[in-house]
Amino acid sequence: MGRYKNNAKAVHDLVRETEVHRDVYIDQEVFDLEMDHLFANTWIYVGHDSQIPNVGDYYGTTIGRQPVLMVRHSDGAVHVLYNRCPHKGTRITIDTCGNAGKFFRCPYHAWSFRTDGSLLAIPLRKGYENTGLDQSEAVKGIAHVKHMKNYRGFVFAKMSDSGPGFEDYFGESLSTIDNMVDRSPAGRLEIAGGVLRYMHNCNWKMLVENLTDTCHPMAAHEASAGTAIEVWKKMAPGANTKHPAVEIYAPFMSPYEFFEKMGIRIWRNGHGHTGVHHSIHSDYSAIPGYFDNMVAAYGETRAKAILDENRHNTSYFPNFTVKGPIQSIRLFKPLAPDKTLAESWTFRLVDAPDALLERTLTYNRLVNAPTSILGHDDLEMYERAQEGLHVDANPWVNIQRLYDPAELEQETAVINGTSEWQMRNQFRAWSKFMTLSM
Amino acid sequence: MSAPTDQDLIGFVVHEARLIDQHRFEEWLDLFAEDGHYWMPLEWGQTDPRLTTSLMYDDKVLLRIRIERLKGNRTFSQKPKSRCHHVLQTPQIETRDEAANQYVTWTPMHYVETRLDEQELYAAWATHTLTMVGGKLKIKLKRVDLVNCDAALRSIQLFM
Repeated sequence: MGRYKNNAKAVHDLVRETEVHRDVYIDQEVFDLEMDHLFANTWIYVGHDSQIPNVGDYYGTTIGRQPVLMVRHSDGAVHVLYNRCPHKGTRITIDTCGNAGKFFRCPYHAWSFRTDGSLLAIPLRKGYENTGLDQSEAVKGIAHVKHMKNYRGFVFAKMSDSGPGFEDYFGESLSTIDNMVDRSPAGRLEIAGGVLRYMHNCNWKMLVENLTDTCHPMAAHEASAGTAIEVWKKMAPGANTKHPAVEIYAPFMSPYEFFEKMGIRIWRNGHGHTGVHHSIHSDYSAIPGYFDNMVAAYGETRAKAILDENRHNTSYFPNFTVKGPIQSIRLFKPLAPDKTLAESWTFRLVDAPDALLERTLTYNRLVNAPTSILGHDDLEMYERAQEGLHVDANPWVNIQRLYDPAELEQETAVINGTSEWQMRNQFRAWSKFMTLSM
Repeated sequence: MSAPTDQDLIGFVVHEARLIDQHRFEEWLDLFAEDGHYWMPLEWGQTDPRLTTSLMYDDKVLLRIRIERLKGNRTFSQKPKSRCHHVLQTPQIETRDEAANQYVTWTPMHYVETRLDEQELYAAWATHTLTMVGGKLKIKLKRVDLVNCDAALRSIQLFM
């Protein structure tokens, strides 16, 4: 231990221009530093405000390793609080979501707090008279996560004072969230369908890198997507329509050229997306009535412009991703260097036909569930990599594909869809936000 | 066409689990009616497979894809293959509706799936909705409710 702590140079040296040291995936000390620095200096997705529609509603989750509560206060505003009683440290709530009523009441000693975290009452308060309670940490109530932003329903928080403000941090990348919200004729999303929770015995960054890894589908997913195509050929020879599952699985077997041409867009601070020109979501069959709803809401030109975006995965650094055309989001929660919880959530587009939500949920089930054959393909590769990285003979992971030294001077770009620039972009941001506060 | 006895229904459910444990997937798939489904809800007490997400909601096409995939030469998550093991309580007859040709059984069970050094134990209830087709019992719906359906789960690659 002690190789990396308080040693910004050692952390920097883990990321070369085209290679990354294995310790970023397997080392406990690096993981601890990620929790203390990377997940504090960056904006982390907390939840969607449609999960807490009513006053007093709360939702419990984590930012890095920190348990937090997203809560709807009596004035309608959303607050993000640390889930810890300021008195003895007890978690205020254990359940994932619920309604606190007018106030939180700690179950241990019945201290109570308003839904903005402020202290409301202490039983037998006279026992604190003349003890200097007003100087204590406890009297401040439940601590807030310092920085919080509700962007069109998407709640993000940043724990540290270091690091950029919200708009500066995300910049142009917010256009992906905008596009997903705009896909609702009412301009509103609602979390719907339930969350799929899939435990991975690998480092969280492997899931992030895979989002823009377009050279793996035709290899790793031949087992599932390739089989789906073959089965459908045999069961329905010459059929004009595809089974809904085949429609979702088949594009994963597209040739390299398809992925090269679909393009990747690079943004500052480690954000980026695949599917600039087209994507595996481009050729889904139309949902009856939906386009008419969109035209009624936006006019034909604007409706077409919204729906012509077919961005595949938008990677919001560090651990959040949005799939606009599918109305799904995924959050990769780091639990240990070799343990990650992948949460996959879905949205209803308010005022759109139910059939759209049905396709969204079918996609989520077929691709992101612990029972998903496509998920099994991916997990096998992540976990083999997590084991393989313990080989001492070569400690470096290669992310060199289509590297050009000129990219170091470039903040944004639209590039060949099989480039690994976005992976390099993520690691450059990783290095920056890891060492920002060292 | 004579209606199945209670013992026929119980025997069917026990045989169905045995076919899975013995990897006799072709025979197993043949137990499903053409419009049959295998459903594993995500939520406790879930009533809707359409607008609530499920862990599985497979028709025969999807079940066929899964079975072919398990055999595939490039199915790396099945190298080596998973194995599984069912322990069933005696299936209970929930309803018998001879007029509607529909028979429902309810079977508490423990299911173990194992691969390499990892072994996972699941507790579940299987609800079979069965029907007679051409003199044989067939599955219209096999519903598997995990007791921890909403937990963070590891891969489930075979069938409960």
